[in-house]
Amino acid sequence: MTTLTLKLQPKAPLEGEAITPDNFLGKPAAAIAGLPAMHGNEPALLGDFFQVDGDGSEEIVLVGDLRRVKSIAAGMTRGTVIIQGDAGMHLGAGMRGGEIKVYGNAGDWTGAELAGGKIYIRGNAGHGLGGAYRGSRRGMNRGLIIVDGNAGNEVGAVMRRGVIAVAGNAGDFTGAFMIAGSLIVFGQMGIRAGAGLLRGSIVSLKPAELLPTYRYACTCRPDFLNLIYQKLKREGMSIPDGCATGAYKRYSGDFNRSGKGEILIYDQR
Amino acid sequence: MLKIINGEIYDPVNNINGEVREIYVDKGQITASVAGGRTIDAAGMVVMPGGVDMHCHIAGPKVNTARKMRPEDHRLDPAPRTPFTRSGVGKTVPTTFVTGYRYAAMGYTTAFDAAVPPMAARHAHEEFSDTPIIDKGFFVLMGNNEFIMRQIAAGEHEKLRHYVAWLLQASKGYGVKLVNPGGVEMWKSLGNARSIDDEVTGFGVTPRQIIESLAEVCMELRLPHCAHIHCNNLGVAGNWQTTMDTMKALDGRRGHLAHVQFHSYGGRPGKLFTSRVQELAEYVNTHPNLTVDIGQVLFGDTTSMTGDGPLAYMLHQISGRKWVNVDVENEEGCGIVPVEYKDKNYVHTTQWAIGLEWFLLIRDPWRIALSTDHPNGASFIAYPRIIRLLMDREYRREMLKHVNPKAIAKTTLPDQDREYSLYEIAIITRAAPARILGLKNKGHLGVGADADITIYDKNEDKEKMFSSPRYVIKEGEVLVEDGHIRQETYGRTLYVSPQYDPAVEKDIREYFDRYYTIQFENYPVQLENYLPRPEEVAID
Repeated sequence: MTTLTLKLQPKAPLEGEAITPDNFLGKPAAAIAGLPAMHGNEPALLGDFFQVDGDGSEEIVLVGDLRRVKSIAAGMTRGTVIIQGDAGMHLGAGMRGGEIKVYGNAGDWTGAELAGGKIYIRGNAGHGLGGAYRGSRRGMNRGLIIVDGNAGNEVGAVMRRGVIAVAGNAGDFTGAFMIAGSLIVFGQMGIRAGAGLLRGSIVSLKPAELLPTYRYACTCRPDFLNLIYQKLKREGMSIPDGCATGAYKRYSGDFNRSGKGEILIYDQR
Repeated sequence: MLKIINGEIYDPVNNINGEVREIYVDKGQITASVAGGRTIDAAGMVVMPGGVDMHCHIAGPKVNTARKMRPEDHRLDPAPRTPFTRSGVGKTVPTTFVTGYRYAAMGYTTAFDAAVPPMAARHAHEEFSDTPIIDKGFFVLMGNNEFIMRQIAAGEHEKLRHYVAWLLQASKGYGVKLVNPGGVEMWKSLGNARSIDDEVTGFGVTPRQIIESLAEVCMELRLPHCAHIHCNNLGVAGNWQTTMDTMKALDGRRGHLAHVQFHSYGGRPGKLFTSRVQELAEYVNTHPNLTVDIGQVLFGDTTSMTGDGPLAYMLHQISGRKWVNVDVENEEGCGIVPVEYKDKNYVHTTQWAIGLEWFLLIRDPWRIALSTDHPNGASFIAYPRIIRLLMDREYRREMLKHVNPKAIAKTTLPDQDREYSLYEIAIITRAAPARILGLKNKGHLGVGADADITIYDKNEDKEKMFSSPRYVIKEGEVLVEDGHIRQETYGRTLYVSPQYDPAVEKDIREYFDRYYTIQFENYPVQLENYLPRPEEVAID
């Protein structure tokens, strides 16, 4: 296990893309401290800001208020990253495998364009969770993201595959332009959920104000939700009673596009 | 002062084919001798004039719109600051600074933007002033200008000539460009020109008349570059007939056909197309008034940007990708779409093969110029790869194994054995484009020429050789050494200033008052404010 403890709060954002299990594996602590990291527009070393303990292994523990450390574990393919504290923007962006656990909040663009692996956030997540960067044709493409708190706007934008579950509320444009995949919000969704949805499912346990391009189809009990809930339970998420067996109102949309997608709203009667 | 010794010189204008000679440079020009100064020992290296790109899209509002439209493209290719250069981003639509640096780092020292609406000339010049190192200029879009079409319809040839001269002066442009003549105007009322004899809605002229009149005007004004024509029906199956008609319509007048690769398709509209290069190349071979640049396609992601609005709409419909459409009042249109060329795709393979067929079937290299129509076919960064495809038959055969076999079987590419020599490459990348453009001081290394020189290390892999020259010299300054830019300078903007009868301004002013949203006085680009290093190219 490698432990990185923040010893000096960066004045400007610190680019932390060097902090990945792939990069640390087999390196002694001194070599890890010598890895480069841009501090604002100045070149710096990880050791300038972190106390490094333990030799490079597949498991990394980060301790401290890391809100100014960006792109932690971006593009990682294996291993575990545990963050004791808040993480900055782009956490696990473009990640392809492995696991990230945050015991705190995560910044914007967490898991953006995720291509595999798991991210578990105990606190809140920022905007663009599992989303697509500006102009991209695809956002998240495989993988699992769980948030125990709330998430910001554009959760799962242009998502192609995978599962995102938010225990709290989600912001505006949840699942905008989604191509496929599943997005579950246990709390309240903001306005314009599923705008430009092509296919895929957006699920909400609270009533939502939908766009006029969504049309009520039927009330049903989809089996696939049960499977997803079981999976989420195994991952440690608490699932409210009744939602696994209850009925859902299915709204088809977005009819501005194909109309092949759906928003499922839990029927509380 | 600079002396280059022991290098193998390839200077086709002066018939020097690989001889070892010395070159002397003083005050930015090539001279007969020089005393003192730095000496570059180019033993075992190849010395050529700086490259000239005669058809690319590097400045002006359409390029800038494409930049805004494609953040995903830029994210993949950041270009950080160095002690000598500014930061920017690259990929298919690079920032102005990166455009200049990358051209220079590849040994190109001159580039011409092929499509600037006169209304946007000011913007293009502003971007040019931020494009380092290279000399540049642009062609002014005139093929759908309403004032021009009115004069043609009224038979006012004199007035047309004066207007064209005025427009070139007002925009500080270099040449006359026609993009889908008449068709873009028709697109504004949801139509398009399907042949050069379709009547342009509301004007009573045909594309044929526009092509004939403007080609004639370019010759009467004695412009250094002839009419630069992007034919009607670009990218449509069966368009080779339109291209052939356009060449025949020129009827002995000088004309340059841009990115002919996109205009050489057989078949029926809406169906898969085939190559008709043989007929077209044969016609070009036997008609010395015609020159072409290729618009080679290479596989990968790129951005199509064109003055041809209906074409952009067609590409958007095929790919379903985001697009931009612009109506430039009274003058032109514009469209931008991201495009991905795939090697397994039938259509894309055919396009790739057609470009190479053009290179291999034109017998006289002085009549063709290497281009990708940057960034339409591919980025200009791909030029070294195209050079390798032309110089290395085995590499070409290797590539043939990876493309769509059905498509390739319908072209003549597998039968082509021709390999370009270094001398011929020097022609199609430097000497020929400079000659076609009428630039007397560029594209050669004779006494009096601009001292734009590229020195390459010899390498069997021609792609490597041409992508990172050992030295690049611009106006006598060594700017690139060992593939890195060592100094940032700013090149000149080339323009022409043909004479016109000032009496025509009265009509133009009236036209502006009536139809334009911009005042007549605010229209012309002021030389002193917008061209930091102007160079007027003389009209002979």
